[in-house]
Amino acid sequence: MAAKSIRERLSGNEAIATAMKQVNPHVVAAYPITPSTEVVHYFAQYAADGEVDTEFVAVESEHSAMSACIGAQAAGARSATVTSACGLALMWELLYVASGHRLPVTLAVINRALSGPININNDHSDSMGARDSGWIQLYSENNQEAYDNYLMSLRIGEHKDVLLPVMTCQDGFITSHAIENIELLETADVQKFVGKYSPERHLIDGKPMSVGPYDTVMYYFEHQYQRAQAMNGAKKVILDVFKEFGELTGRKYDLFEQYKMEDAERAIVVLNSSAGTAKFVCDKLRAQGEKVGVLKLRVFRPFPMEEIAKALSHVKAVAVMDKADCFSAMGGPVFADVRSACYGLKDRPLMINFIYGLGGRDVTIENMEHVYASLSEVIKTGNTDNFYRHVGVRGV
Amino acid sequence: MSSMVEIRWHGRGGQGAKTASLALADAAFESGKYVQGFPEYGPERMGAPITAYNRISDERTSLHSNIYEPDFVVVVDATLLDAVAVTSGLKKEGAIVINTKKSPEEVKPQLEGYQGKVYTIDASSIAEEELGNRSLSNTTMLGAVVAVSKCLPADKFLTDVKVSLEHKFASKPHVIEKNMKALERGMKEVKA
Repeated sequence: MAAKSIRERLSGNEAIATAMKQVNPHVVAAYPITPSTEVVHYFAQYAADGEVDTEFVAVESEHSAMSACIGAQAAGARSATVTSACGLALMWELLYVASGHRLPVTLAVINRALSGPININNDHSDSMGARDSGWIQLYSENNQEAYDNYLMSLRIGEHKDVLLPVMTCQDGFITSHAIENIELLETADVQKFVGKYSPERHLIDGKPMSVGPYDTVMYYFEHQYQRAQAMNGAKKVILDVFKEFGELTGRKYDLFEQYKMEDAERAIVVLNSSAGTAKFVCDKLRAQGEKVGVLKLRVFRPFPMEEIAKALSHVKAVAVMDKADCFSAMGGPVFADVRSACYGLKDRPLMINFIYGLGGRDVTIENMEHVYASLSEVIKTGNTDNFYRHVGVRGV
Repeated sequence: MSSMVEIRWHGRGGQGAKTASLALADAAFESGKYVQGFPEYGPERMGAPITAYNRISDERTSLHSNIYEPDFVVVVDATLLDAVAVTSGLKKEGAIVINTKKSPEEVKPQLEGYQGKVYTIDASSIAEEELGNRSLSNTTMLGAVVAVSKCLPADKFLTDVKVSLEHKFASKPHVIEKNMKALERGMKEVKA
């Protein structure tokens, strides 16, 4: 049965803070960093005002924030934090510790460019750099998806077949600081949906156990195998949780969104806020009779390889958008994965990559029009030798 | 899509252009609209030129870029006319609203040949008279742009802003009347 929906207007940061308040986690340990600072402010206020029962730990760094979350989660507490950019970089060592110990901590990432040179604006260099850390990654086009993804992230990570930490990403400033309409759930419905956190085992359950001792050559490999198996199996749980959430809210999500893809000859693959701009341009070109579509990634880890290959199998040419470069000299991280996913196809689409929007460079209608036009040129020539491209950078 | 109104605000850091854009988003939301209100973050410091934006429409827009071809432009600080290309991309069917003592005819030479309607209002003096502070002109500018753009019904707008102010200044009720006066004067005194 569908739950009652509350019409509101919130920024992306307010949406995350509201979701966290409604979840009422046992422990939140956080350190402020632009542009996620507001979430920490709001939550500290909720804790001070007694609006949540959470133990709020005002740590002295992000390294400590993640460490505190790991310790708390190991002791049976639902724990959460939020960060951006260099804050996520400072958590790096602990990201692997959380996933390696199978502790489903939740982390809201407000995407911001990594230094240097220092920049406070949006790109995906922070979370894309953490893509191989064993965390599930969900990406959000707007405040609504940030809110919804956050609520679902607990159910996904805490599921006994998964037990992996989850990061929910949205674009710093572009959505984190933009007021937009949003539909919220009532707190009682959120509580019912996320349920009580009751791990099978934890540090203080009365039966002595250790978490985090030296993992010898005899066992380490097996533990890594198990972590990989957990990620392999996560897709099924994610789909189940999406389905249940869809029944509750009427908002139906999939591993990725296919926008006007049925008969598309040219497609843009993109994630987060720029997917909205791509859809806007897609509509504009469709009105002129052009067969274009958008594939918006929502779940990036685990990577939905088979599904993406299938969705792109009928497309003539694909442009994969990366708001982060990984300096491999062969394109960005999303491109590498999407191209790899399509390798097994008998008739592979032509595929090129665009690095875009780094350090807050605005992503415009013209940028997306340029990308679709480039795909027309690629279809005409059949040549993708120049596959590693940039859009929106001056002088290129 | 044609029902979407796009507004660009130009101000200087500390003058409340961002706050005004968020207040407009609030009021439009209360009128049942889909809204976006967002600032463009450059180097944040007092006095630096800043830009903020509004999109107001009957359907949710998925567009997440800045606004390059606004229907309306609001200039909270007239000293920006010589520093920023405020009319850049502004639709000629639209209008620009400027906080200045000057008449529209007097400021036109500073608008790089803009062909659309030009409105002015001495919002800083109104702010001084009603709120005792020349730098609190954003409330008056909010009233002026709603009157010029007709993006929201005037009566409903006034009620919604009052509710919002009552919420914001629950502990300082005397501020509410003064701000409402500044807002109403913005709506009435803006001139073409």
